[in-house]
Amino acid sequence: MNRSLWLPPNGSLHGVMLDRLLVWNLAALSAMLVLAHLLLIWAVVRKARPANIAPGSTKTGRSSLLPSFASSELIPTFLCCLLFAAMAVTSERLWAALRFEGPQPEAMQVEVVGQQFQWYFRYPGADARFGLTRPRLVNAAAGNPLGLDQNDPAAHDDIVSSVLLLPAGREVDLRLRALDVIHGFFLPGMRLKQNAVPGLELHVHFTPVTTGTYPILCTQVCGSGHGRMQAVLRVVPTEQFAAWIAARERKLERPE
Amino acid sequence: MSEPRQSIALRWFSTHHRAIGAQYLLLSLAAVAIGTLLSLVMRIHLIAPYQSLPIVGVLPPEAYLALVTMHGTLMIFFVLTVAPLSGFANLVLPEQIGASGMAFPRLNAAAFWITASALPVLLAAFAVRGGAPISGWTSYPPLSALASAGPGQALGMDLWLVSLAIFCIGSWLGAVSLLVTILYERCPGMRLMRMPLTVWSWLVASVLVVIAFSVLLAALLMLLCDRHAGTSFFVPAGEVVNGVALARAGDGSPLLWLHLFWFFGHPEVYIAVLPGMGLTSSLLANFTRRPVPGYPLMVLTTVMIGLLGLIVWGHHMFVSGMNPYAGTAFALTTMAIAVPSAAKVFNWLGMLLGGKGNRPRIQMTTPMLFALGFISLFITGGLTGPILAQPALDSYLHNTYFVVAHFHLIMAMAGTFSIFAGVYYWFPLISGRMMSERLGRWHFWLTFAGAYATFFPMHFAGLAGEPRHYAQLTGTTSSLAALLPLQQGITAAAMVLAGAQTLFLVNLVWSMRHGMAAPENPWQAATLEWASASWQATPAERRRAFRGPYGYGQNEPGMITKDTIGYGRLEVAQADFKMQYEAPHEPE
Repeated sequence: MNRSLWLPPNGSLHGVMLDRLLVWNLAALSAMLVLAHLLLIWAVVRKARPANIAPGSTKTGRSSLLPSFASSELIPTFLCCLLFAAMAVTSERLWAALRFEGPQPEAMQVEVVGQQFQWYFRYPGADARFGLTRPRLVNAAAGNPLGLDQNDPAAHDDIVSSVLLLPAGREVDLRLRALDVIHGFFLPGMRLKQNAVPGLELHVHFTPVTTGTYPILCTQVCGSGHGRMQAVLRVVPTEQFAAWIAARERKLERPE
Repeated sequence: MSEPRQSIALRWFSTHHRAIGAQYLLLSLAAVAIGTLLSLVMRIHLIAPYQSLPIVGVLPPEAYLALVTMHGTLMIFFVLTVAPLSGFANLVLPEQIGASGMAFPRLNAAAFWITASALPVLLAAFAVRGGAPISGWTSYPPLSALASAGPGQALGMDLWLVSLAIFCIGSWLGAVSLLVTILYERCPGMRLMRMPLTVWSWLVASVLVVIAFSVLLAALLMLLCDRHAGTSFFVPAGEVVNGVALARAGDGSPLLWLHLFWFFGHPEVYIAVLPGMGLTSSLLANFTRRPVPGYPLMVLTTVMIGLLGLIVWGHHMFVSGMNPYAGTAFALTTMAIAVPSAAKVFNWLGMLLGGKGNRPRIQMTTPMLFALGFISLFITGGLTGPILAQPALDSYLHNTYFVVAHFHLIMAMAGTFSIFAGVYYWFPLISGRMMSERLGRWHFWLTFAGAYATFFPMHFAGLAGEPRHYAQLTGTTSSLAALLPLQQGITAAAMVLAGAQTLFLVNLVWSMRHGMAAPENPWQAATLEWASASWQATPAERRRAFRGPYGYGQNEPGMITKDTIGYGRLEVAQADFKMQYEAPHEPE
């Protein structure tokens, strides 16, 4: 069903609900689109048949010129109100479930940092704490694209990656930042989008469930390289993820 | 005052509202021509990024973004704000309310020249070092605040900001002139509830201009201060651009710009489309020879759309980092605005369908075709509104081609169709001649088909997740590259759509000199811009309106007309309508 709607395959827990909402909304509104156009076409192509009222009659009956107010205006508007209300309620319930509450305490922490024109992903390491970063220390050429301050012990085991690797089935709490301009963090396969705004730390949480590779795009125009600011999310089994983290930690302890 | 039926020569510095109206329309014609050419270059670049084009050569990605920015700015400000509101209102508003002119003719003329002077300032951005700005028409900071953030963000961005600041002042003055004219210059008997719905829509749109453009002007000046006066309204501390940590004082918030900009930006949509709604109601009444049913309700929905339009701006910001609770609040106000919009559509459909056993004879003139096209596009573009109003769904669709499809159908195309309807309808007032119906019909059908073929498929690109503002599809993401055939089709359709507009240009130029001479009141309309010469010559203080604007179907419907197509030689057995100045009981 998704394929016919052009949607990319969904790999997230909440995406199932979101797709269902999108599909019935599109179906209902498409039906209205067709219905309205059938009425429009019918009104235009059918033969005119003005009522024949005797000349000189003062009772031309304006009501007969026009459909009744109730049938043409009140009832359809009321039905639309009902439909829009149903859409609003179901949709806001989903939105509330997605965003009104924070992630579970055991959710995995990953920081996403956007900068022209690259996404970086930082894992806090064994201490589960992100180390301090300082703008002045940012130096991508020297291997410190986020400006990690090594004077902070919490920064020692922070892993910085250009690929977002996540274990399937575990909730993840993304912390979004941007170094320079606003970037749009878009994971079509996870039905997730959130801007990364300089000066703010924004959180968004979701659960990837299906293993695979998913594109990450930038959806807020951010400069000349906006269109190529793309990265990849790889959702892997838990063991594979643990092995990857362990390998990256070993590399941090013994560089080169 | 010159004879209204005769052609008014465009005396350039005239303070006559009708000349100014024509000047506004010429300004938007220039802007729409440039904006359309820019969009064609964009469309070609998107599907063939390494193709060398005449004049511009091979475009780098930043040039594509500069085209996007300038296309949006030209179309939204210089076309969709200028033509439906300033252009048409100056052309006919004073006559429609029985006034002899604008309340402040010189201020009104100054408003036009200020607005017009903003256009060369904007276009100059193409000529300066670094080129035009690349941050889109929304110009989110810090990209728009920092010259080092990209090509075009230096002098080009300054010119953009100055141009729009000038535009704000011009629009603001023009709106004040319209407001005062509507409120104080109506002739006796022209009560508020007897005004044509076009006047109501210009009234509400002018209020929106006064409110929204004030806020935009403030935001533009704040951004200029951030760029040149060392303030930090929109730039946070700790910026690192191109690997360089910026030493700036202050700690501002980019989200402040988003709030200010969209507080302007959403009402702007209604500024562009409300006049089209009013015109559509008027044209449907005129060409079905029926009054507008539930006129008070149509007034109410116009006012409601204006009021609600001021409190929905947050639906542009669901993924911006705004509080999720605020997202829900803005989702509900946005859903609410769909209700008066739907009520308007039902009203139009009711007019077309007619009462029981009484189907109206629809006169398929070119303005009527464009009004019908407006309704169709308004429905199609409008129905994706309730989807994008939902934060949950917007968190997938935001800034994809789905949004591009939505606003091009409902604002750009519906807005343009209302402009075409107005030009075909009121052309006799400018030139004293009719435009060619034959060319007009060709123009309509090609434009209608082109508009759908161009913008409807964009929904699918959006559902597939393709973001806006991408200069090309080929890259690391294969799912985007797979959309190339779809985008190629859209580019082909866009060329048909743009090409069809040459028919309009030919019609305009040809009819200006060779069109059929317009009879008095060629559309047999009941509103006062079509009033007889003797009424137009009546001193303002002796004019009087006796009835509402849609006095159609006054006599026996069976005797309306013999000929409904050759309206120019319309033979009316007996006039089936009453002009607004006709007294209820003719003296014996």
